[in-house]
Amino acid sequence: MRMIARRPKRFLDAVSDVSFSIEKGRTYALVGESGSGKSTIALMTVGLLRPSAGRILIDGHDLHDRSRTQAAHRKIRQRLQMVFQSPYASLNPRWRVGSILAEPLRVFGLVQSPQAEIYRIHELLEQVGLSASDASRFPHEFSGGQRQRISIARALASRPEFIVCDEPTSALDVSVQAQVLNLLKELQEDLGLTYLFITHDLAVVRVMAHRIGVLKGGHLVEEEETARLIDSPQSDYTQMLIRSAPRIQRSTAGDSAATLA
Amino acid sequence: MSDLILSVRNLRVVFPHRHGELVPIDDISFDIQRGEIIGFVGESGAGKSMTGAAIIGLIDPPGYIDRGEIWLGGERIDQQVSDPASRIRGKRISMVFQDPLTSLNPLRTIGDQLVETIQTHLMIGGDQARRKAIAGLEEVGIDPGRFGAYPHEFSGGMRQRVVIALALCAEPELIIADEPTTALDVSVQAQVLELLKRLCQERGASVMLITHDMGVIAETTDRVAVLYAGRLAEIGPTATLLTQPKHPYTRGLIASTPSVETGDINTKLFQIPGVMPRLDALPAGCRFHPRCEHVVARCKHEQPQLSAGTACFLYGDE
Repeated sequence: MRMIARRPKRFLDAVSDVSFSIEKGRTYALVGESGSGKSTIALMTVGLLRPSAGRILIDGHDLHDRSRTQAAHRKIRQRLQMVFQSPYASLNPRWRVGSILAEPLRVFGLVQSPQAEIYRIHELLEQVGLSASDASRFPHEFSGGQRQRISIARALASRPEFIVCDEPTSALDVSVQAQVLNLLKELQEDLGLTYLFITHDLAVVRVMAHRIGVLKGGHLVEEEETARLIDSPQSDYTQMLIRSAPRIQRSTAGDSAATLA
Repeated sequence: MSDLILSVRNLRVVFPHRHGELVPIDDISFDIQRGEIIGFVGESGAGKSMTGAAIIGLIDPPGYIDRGEIWLGGERIDQQVSDPASRIRGKRISMVFQDPLTSLNPLRTIGDQLVETIQTHLMIGGDQARRKAIAGLEEVGIDPGRFGAYPHEFSGGMRQRVVIALALCAEPELIIADEPTTALDVSVQAQVLELLKRLCQERGASVMLITHDMGVIAETTDRVAVLYAGRLAEIGPTATLLTQPKHPYTRGLIASTPSVETGDINTKLFQIPGVMPRLDALPAGCRFHPRCEHVVARCKHEQPQLSAGTACFLYGDE
């Protein structure tokens, strides 16, 4: 192989000096536009990407500690899971839903018998509002919202404590989004889950997150409890993001739609 | 009468397949006034993109317009709009798609593409076309010095501006914009929509803005049509429809949309139960009835017709 020409290698700082912490059982949202670094952080937090510098601590344990044994590392990985943005790209189209859910159970050695596996799969499906019979179907037989439920069920399989949700509803229609967001909130309450919620949508963040970090060009520009950040943003960039968020007029009838005349 | 630019009557689009046929648009009628921006909102599969495609003659075979009429400024076009020689598509009606790279040839400069489009539709010489192209770029806020640049040298938002320039350069009467800002960041989205709105108002061009985003509808459109499973659920002035929605589906859509101004971590978003039916599993009667809180016996057998802007048995004089 001949080298024809070469420019000096250039490095891009996707994420620079970002520090934040998330309390157990709460949701921290990372908000930013494209290129802000939020997906990069998501991947690093769950161990899919190694940071060039810095540490990620899960309950005090350094996620990327190389001195740890395989088994110890696996124990930590079990506690973290991820839900991805695309309901179409994140499920293997050639596997039935049952197999997709069985994979984490087997990888982490969580079930001792085929019956226990089937039981757990059914339990997971019901937890996300699907039914046991869906285990024998293929992803393409489901709608986008249902596929995201399957992704959430897969994430729950290892009984994690911490789930990174990377734009989990950005590809979904608004009424389906409402169902999936409500499901995520219910699961947080029922299972004591901690979420890192990545999104560009400030309206979603308002109802999902306890605390928000605003990312711009790989830097954390502002960080605050949700209501305070949205109602009194300090940085120009945050103010711009809030201003640009589209608003809809609401009628009183719309707000209490459950009691339509 | 001369204020009506587009009139669609009883449009029905059919896709035949081995076991029968699918009907993605079933009996849709509406008008577009000269100079107005009308939004078409609905969820995936509702038929909003298909409606735009039918008007501009871009329905892919085996789909076809089975029934209905489309009138553009007093002339019936549904039979001829698919014919490139008809001089409708690109000239009298133009289109902006979600992905700018659908409309932009990556191998040619934006200046060349503008000039080509102008010369295809207007009978003018090269120099004049070039001048018009430069004016078009300036109009959408792009430095004319970038005339010789390629699409990949622009950001997403800038590319959409180029596409808007392309859509406007032949001076169309109607622009169909199908999710023009869905792929853009929110800050850029606001700018691009503002640009589209302003330019169309300046030129008296009408816009059919297709989107799933209620926020875009609220900020950009004069009137809005809500589609559900291939039919119109509601249509009316945007401000009225958003503050006093009538059709239960419209109310549900608005109620399930989170707002940046209200709510907190304890808010449970309103959710419409179930999902929109697939085209091969449409319910009898009103297509929304399985998900509707107000369903009565009649809804299960009869399809409501549009009356005073709403297709629902709760309203109207039926």
